[in-house]
Amino acid sequence: MAELKHLEKKAFLVKSSSLKDVRTFCREVFEKLYIDQNLKDELVLAIAEAAQNIVKHAYKDKPDVNEIMVVEISHISGELKIAFYDMGTPVDPKKVKHREIDNIKPGGLGTFFIQEIMDAVEFKDGKKPWINHLVLTKQL
Amino acid sequence: MTYKVKDEVLPHGNVTTIFLDGEIDMDKTEEVKEVVFPHIDAGKEVHLNLSNVQYMDSSGISVLIESHQKAAEKGTKLVVKDVSKSVLKVIMMAKLEQILNLE
Repeated sequence: MAELKHLEKKAFLVKSSSLKDVRTFCREVFEKLYIDQNLKDELVLAIAEAAQNIVKHAYKDKPDVNEIMVVEISHISGELKIAFYDMGTPVDPKKVKHREIDNIKPGGLGTFFIQEIMDAVEFKDGKKPWINHLVLTKQL
Repeated sequence: MTYKVKDEVLPHGNVTTIFLDGEIDMDKTEEVKEVVFPHIDAGKEVHLNLSNVQYMDSSGISVLIESHQKAAEKGTKLVVKDVSKSVLKVIMMAKLEQILNLE
């Protein structure tokens, strides 16, 4: 069994004002993991973009609900995993794509940033009560 | 987010410099648009000073693109000035360093 080095998770209300709290949580965890500042900035951006996608897309049809999303960061044997859980509209992974990067227009960059920064982006089946379960992975 | 607006008369014309402060994410973009767009709509050259912005996500980048395009439509320009290292990295990741007027 792999050695568990670090695991922390936190729940946030699904709203745009929570994004700052998501970033603060990540920065605090990465501080404990002694992650280099440059990589830390990139990881915080990727995580915040994923959380933003939950607020913006998974809950776009129910903006006034007081629901939570959970962000879980684990570091096991050199592999960093960030898992997101939410109860929003089910995500169809086939429809998750960024805009063409050379087609300059506002929007469509969040998913591009996530894919650029992370080694793997995987939508898994959400186990009850969760609907969506996204996992971002980075080898450290 | 806090901001400061300064109007200047430079040799090539009137310039409005807007100093933004803090972290610009989805929660702050409407506020940024409310500050920046009226100056662009008025046809002014706008300089956006980002020296005190330490974090910007894709929503903030979208506001830069929208402001840049709006300025072009109005026959003026948006200059993005004194970008912090961390924000420049995001601009470069979006491959916008050749598109935006960076100083």
